[in-house]
Amino acid sequence: MSDFALENLYREVILDHYKNPRGHGVIEDADAEAEGQNPLCGDEVSIYVEFGEDGETIDEVKFSGRGCAISQAATSMLMEMTKGRKAEEVAALDKDELLAEIGVPLTPVRLKCAMLGLTTLKVALHKAKGTPLPEGLAGFDELDLS
Amino acid sequence: MAVSAGTKLDARTLRADFPIFEQEIHGKPLAFLDSAASSQKPRQVLDAMTQFYETSYANVHRGVYVLAERATEALEHARERVGAFLNAPDAREVIFTRNATEGINLVAYAWGLSNLGPGDLVVVTELEHHSNFVPWQFIAGKTGAELRMIPLDEQGELDLSTLDEVSRGGSVKVVATNLISNSLGTINPVAKLVEWAHAQGAIYVCDAAQGAPHTKVDVQALGVDFLAISGHKMCGPSGASALWGRTELLLAMDPFLTGGHMINSVRLEKTTWGELPHKFEAGTAPMAEAVGLGAAIDYLEAVGLDAIEAHEHELAAYALGRLAEVPGIRLYGPPADRRAGIVSFNLEDIHPHDVAQILDLQGVAIRAGHHCCQPLMQKLGVAATNRASFYLYTIPEEIDQLVDGLHAVRKVFA
Repeated sequence: MSDFALENLYREVILDHYKNPRGHGVIEDADAEAEGQNPLCGDEVSIYVEFGEDGETIDEVKFSGRGCAISQAATSMLMEMTKGRKAEEVAALDKDELLAEIGVPLTPVRLKCAMLGLTTLKVALHKAKGTPLPEGLAGFDELDLS
Repeated sequence: MAVSAGTKLDARTLRADFPIFEQEIHGKPLAFLDSAASSQKPRQVLDAMTQFYETSYANVHRGVYVLAERATEALEHARERVGAFLNAPDAREVIFTRNATEGINLVAYAWGLSNLGPGDLVVVTELEHHSNFVPWQFIAGKTGAELRMIPLDEQGELDLSTLDEVSRGGSVKVVATNLISNSLGTINPVAKLVEWAHAQGAIYVCDAAQGAPHTKVDVQALGVDFLAISGHKMCGPSGASALWGRTELLLAMDPFLTGGHMINSVRLEKTTWGELPHKFEAGTAPMAEAVGLGAAIDYLEAVGLDAIEAHEHELAAYALGRLAEVPGIRLYGPPADRRAGIVSFNLEDIHPHDVAQILDLQGVAIRAGHHCCQPLMQKLGVAATNRASFYLYTIPEEIDQLVDGLHAVRKVFA
């Protein structure tokens, strides 16, 4: 990674999402929810989803928890990206789509930070709708998803 | 070797022995402040390993040819160096392991599985690295014993006034603590804990992974029953560490790992175990790495453990003073005179990952995370901290570079 890329890691848009996160909060009695942890740093994120009348469209999605600027900004961006989309579509969302939104190359460790929200959202959808588990968790079907 | 024993060390001169410092990171001098995770290696250690590979390499203990004899001699010499370093009564009490974690697991499995049961207590502390916490939690779970923790006080030091409370209603069988905390740098009162453990009829297991690089460790003076060290944290290579244990305890124990090299005879009906230390060294040993560890001990002893300890205290005091100048900083742990060269801190509410990433741009390497101490992080009420740690090659300019870097971090998040 070049110095230029690293310096851009904390570019304006990321700091803006970090300081003013979109969709930050809790949905009581959510239709789908899950909690995720990043074992590298102990960060935690909880994701809450409310479906529309069709039971498929994500009407509202929120997150709570703590984390670094990259994980918080990426999760904030994810809230904007997934609201209004169908559960099935979000379950198949490629991580590159989120990475494009973040817009800067990430080191392997920071990639885990950035993916925490997406992974947790996919777990929430899996629990509620039986959609496929995210990459890396596939095959662990009944792992501790509580 | 460019070093000699004395009361004060010259970090600037020693630094020249470490090839890693011959480079820049992101165009800046490397300020390596993560020695508590793993230390850098002097050329003397690298040369000893290369020489072993180039002149004496073969598998040990089996061959009857010259190279096998040389290799065996080199490995056993390294064992004697570790034994002398720890003031072990007998080098056969020194078992080579991959890391300190494996050493502690060895005791937890090989001693714990046969000696623990319902009603028994295993006592650890809130300061433990996961490597001296999880094995005991796991073995306690398997045997029906109960795991308890000695809590910390506000200064980040063990609160020994709680010992009666901690042991109430059970029979203490194991007390397992570190000598020096990897997160806060706290130096623990091991002699007192050993005395308490023995008064309860318990064994005392010491995690000296962070202690042995920093201070003279004498297993006889400390009175411990088992003690694990980590070679790579004391200028040795990764892959060779050691566990010391009392002969009578080691003899009475079952093996931990089984297979090649650790046997006396193997029959379909029954296998008998080899003598100490081989009973606990299944499979081919980390031979070149053990040779490297022996060379690391030579290096540390030439510099002098007293000088290293004094140097680290000096740096810790300097760092605590300089870091306190940074607005919004929160420092954890005891005062400088009661801690090793480790400083944990948080900066405002900026996540340690972000702090460490921006510091990296300034050439400063620190650790950010929970430092494998999640129970401690819970106690501190944080998910993670930043940690700067120092060693014999650390110079004050690196701490200055850290402080300048922290000002830059504040600017990004202003």
